[in-house]
Amino acid sequence: MTPHGRVEPAQADHPARQPRIVAEKVNAYFGTTQALYDVSLTMLDRSVTAIIGPSGCGKSTFLRSINRMHEIVPGSRMTGRILLDGEDIHAMDAVLVRKRIGMVFQKPNPFPTMSIRDNVSAGLTFGGVRNRTVVAEIVEKSLRQAALWDEVKDSLDNSGVSLSGGQQQRLCIARALAVSPEVLLMDEPASALDPISTAKIEELIYELKRTYTIVIVTHNMQQAARVSDQTAFFYMGRLVEFDDTKKIFTAPAKKQTEDYVTGRFG
Amino acid sequence: MTDNRQHRPQTRSLNIGDELFKNLTRFFAALILVLVVLMAYEMAVQSRLTWNKFGLSFLVRSVWDPVQENYGALPFIYGTLVSSFLALLIALPLSIGIAVFLSELAPPWLERPVSFFVELLAGIPSIVYGIWGFFVMVPWIRSAVEPALSSALGSLPLFRGAPYGVGMLSAGIILSIMILPIIASISRDVLRAVPRAQKEAALALGSTRWEATRIAISYARSGILGGAILGLGRALGETMAVTMVIGNRPTISASLFEPGYTMASVLANEFTEATSDMYLSVLIEIALVLFIITIVVNSFARLLVWTVTRRSTQGHT
Repeated sequence: MTPHGRVEPAQADHPARQPRIVAEKVNAYFGTTQALYDVSLTMLDRSVTAIIGPSGCGKSTFLRSINRMHEIVPGSRMTGRILLDGEDIHAMDAVLVRKRIGMVFQKPNPFPTMSIRDNVSAGLTFGGVRNRTVVAEIVEKSLRQAALWDEVKDSLDNSGVSLSGGQQQRLCIARALAVSPEVLLMDEPASALDPISTAKIEELIYELKRTYTIVIVTHNMQQAARVSDQTAFFYMGRLVEFDDTKKIFTAPAKKQTEDYVTGRFG
Repeated sequence: MTDNRQHRPQTRSLNIGDELFKNLTRFFAALILVLVVLMAYEMAVQSRLTWNKFGLSFLVRSVWDPVQENYGALPFIYGTLVSSFLALLIALPLSIGIAVFLSELAPPWLERPVSFFVELLAGIPSIVYGIWGFFVMVPWIRSAVEPALSSALGSLPLFRGAPYGVGMLSAGIILSIMILPIIASISRDVLRAVPRAQKEAALALGSTRWEATRIAISYARSGILGGAILGLGRALGETMAVTMVIGNRPTISASLFEPGYTMASVLANEFTEATSDMYLSVLIEIALVLFIITIVVNSFARLLVWTVTRRSTQGHT
């Protein structure tokens, strides 16, 4: 396990990275419907793994099984193992798993009854951090990391939903970062945003991968090509191909992948 | 998403049926307003005798002497407000607990029957509550609840005095049972309407189930508040059950064990005995006061819900 603060950016540019999350033969179900079939995938430390594929291919389900959010859906279950730093997440307390693996959702979902400040510190409050000075420091640090600080530093007491959509999404990223996770899962984080906000989020992902392991689900193939190091292509609940992003988009091994990334279907 | 209202053509409709329908519904809506104003007017006219004799001091006097024709409404106002707020105090936490259980925790096979029974409570006629209250609850309160309360919390003036059984405490408890189904079912519905994304946001931050539920309650708070107000509205006007357990004595006492009286109860008990014009006018004035208090409480509640809702959705619809 590598504490993220220690890593130098220069080092991070070299691909001699440790596996951070390892999925082994993951099958996921909603009731009797199977959403994932034997997915095995290794996500590397301090890199961005993109998951692409047409709607309903199971990419979100896979993402949500990584931080055990899949299991909160009534009637859902899964088999197989997911290891975080070699440890089975199902042997850990789900609350602790989710503290170590943060998540950003498709639609910005700040807590509407809370101020901007309280939104960012919400996860800290769950964790029992109540010291005001500490909280204020973490709030500022997280908002800076999410590139939102300069826009909201004078209005921290305003409601979280008073911000624009793009700002709300960065607020949600700051909220996820505040609990200092090691991994950040992003479920189509820019699909509800305008192009400028999308560009900001992508820049942010590029910055964040110096310290965090990022897994991003996206519909947008250009986005996957721009931000990710590895790309996994899912189709009908199966992992079709997984490789370096450059390879997936220029010389994929499978015909199905090629058809999808060149826009012939999906 | 586009707002259709802004794009609707502004041309006037020429369809006679549409015009007729619009005016007809407008008429029905106006009828409600007219009815309210007429009621208030009629009560104000009929209570003129009292108004002329006592003026505003009627509201703060605590005498009740029909023989000497000397009247004051304070004990009734006090009794109504105290018993209703006591009921709300007891019912609100219980209702939220029930609502959270039904909307978040209960498995479907348990949720449906429990919901059904909660709603069933709302359909029981109030006289049935009154009979049950008088013959079952009051003796139990007299022999078990009040002695226990006074030995544990007897240092507070609230829980002092002889355990009569009938009194403010019994009224508050019976009212709380009666308003519980309203508050619980409304709270359950608004909690169910909390977007999944809100609960997931909390859970994904590493919250426990309890913390995620608190987020949901916070999201739904204006709706829960609205439910509480509806419950309070019912408690303020509730007559039969309260009359049977409150003791019907027009006094103001710090102790919840002491008997009291409410506006609705005095109307129900005494309108048949109101033989003189003065007596009748006093009762009508009390009805007017109850009418106004109900309107004030409801308006205040609306204002509260409105402020909470507006603050929580600033810049967002």
